[in-house]
Amino acid sequence: MREFKVTPIRNGTVIDHIDRGQAINVLRILRISELQESIVSVAMNVPTGDLKKKDIVKIEDRELEDMELDKIALIAPNATINIIRNFNVDVKHKVTVPEELVEVLKCTNNNCIANKEDPVKEPVPHKSILLSRDPIRVKCYYCEREIRDLSKNLL
Amino acid sequence: MGLRCKDIVSIRDLGKEEIQLVLELAKDYVDVAKGHKNSDNLKGTILSALFIEPSTRTRLSFESAINRLGGKYLDISGPEGSSLVKGESLADTIRMAACYSDIIVLRHPQEGAARMASLFSEKPVINAGDGAGQHPTQTLLDLFTIQEACGSIEGKEIVLMGDLKYGRTVHSLSFALALFGAKVSFLAPPELQMPEEVVDHLGDIGVKPRVFTKIDDIIPEADILYVTRIQKERFPDENEYLRVAESYQITLETLTNAKKDMKILHPLPRNLEIHPDVDSTDHALYFKQAFNGVPVRMALLKLLSEVEK
Repeated sequence: MREFKVTPIRNGTVIDHIDRGQAINVLRILRISELQESIVSVAMNVPTGDLKKKDIVKIEDRELEDMELDKIALIAPNATINIIRNFNVDVKHKVTVPEELVEVLKCTNNNCIANKEDPVKEPVPHKSILLSRDPIRVKCYYCEREIRDLSKNLL
Repeated sequence: MGLRCKDIVSIRDLGKEEIQLVLELAKDYVDVAKGHKNSDNLKGTILSALFIEPSTRTRLSFESAINRLGGKYLDISGPEGSSLVKGESLADTIRMAACYSDIIVLRHPQEGAARMASLFSEKPVINAGDGAGQHPTQTLLDLFTIQEACGSIEGKEIVLMGDLKYGRTVHSLSFALALFGAKVSFLAPPELQMPEEVVDHLGDIGVKPRVFTKIDDIIPEADILYVTRIQKERFPDENEYLRVAESYQITLETLTNAKKDMKILHPLPRNLEIHPDVDSTDHALYFKQAFNGVPVRMALLKLLSEVEK
């Protein structure tokens, strides 16, 4: 039987050491389905050798910007980013959550002005502010309520 | 020194020194607020008051404050009094108010409304209550009242009582009291205790409040008893509400073990939590507290009128 394995890519971005089960959320954060036309490979439950498992995402022919990559730290704080150029790792980047996140998380407070829909939506983006890095805690910029369960509240 | 911040959305927008500045100036305005002295300190200043949600004390005291200082007051009460009813966004309403006036006061039923409004106004925005969120001018007048009653706030035993979970005034007040070095205690039924988030935040600035569920356990130590309304809608049934409300009622009997000079504050309106018999005792300070909203808001308006945004 032919063994399936994740092959190296020529050019693009490899997001490695994603916490197990979070690869789909990483794709959501990066809006891969909307923005990406080239090949995207997702590997889940990949053994790491120390009896643990991780997820990996490979995006061909696109180099993601640091700012968008840092959003990943919200749900996969241990992720590493490798920018691949001609099969070589050209840049290695460790993710860190930015102080301010715009249009990444939805405020969980239904009565927050950012969630107002009726009669019109207010012309402001969802915006959250980092409270602490370890553990990662984030609050809504407008209503100042803490946003819990981050992976479930990604926009 | 003046205020550094332009918008007063949360009490945390003000540093301790700025709060002290407001409280000091408020002292000078007490006689003006009483009508014993005239002042035209805000002559030529126009205040837009957008009260999209009902209010008695906050609205009247802002109106009184600007009038007594010689300024003008433009008033919108309720969404039906504005183009909000025609589907205008709050952002556009704020832009308009900023065109017509020098300072905007906003009360809105949704949390975060004032913070958002501040993004659309080049004029200072004062949050007069955003849903269950912040109400910084209430905190300022509470601090003023406590300082007036106790001489200073530092080291005083201040007991916050009632609905600590949902009561918006006690969240920002506990933070401000901690900033001024008060000893803070929480007295509430277990289901209405202070949210973990607020306790964590106090912990961040090195304050660990004591927690009580029985009035008798803390009342003898209190210098200030800050009572808040226990709201019926927080309980699944009326009997449960009445059971809790009655066991957290301040009566003449409850006060027998209190210090003679212990004062009771309440942001008002009240329901059952303070018996009317208490009103005539020396402990009752809540009506004075409501009056203090005028000099404190005068001071804030005056200081904001001098800030360039």
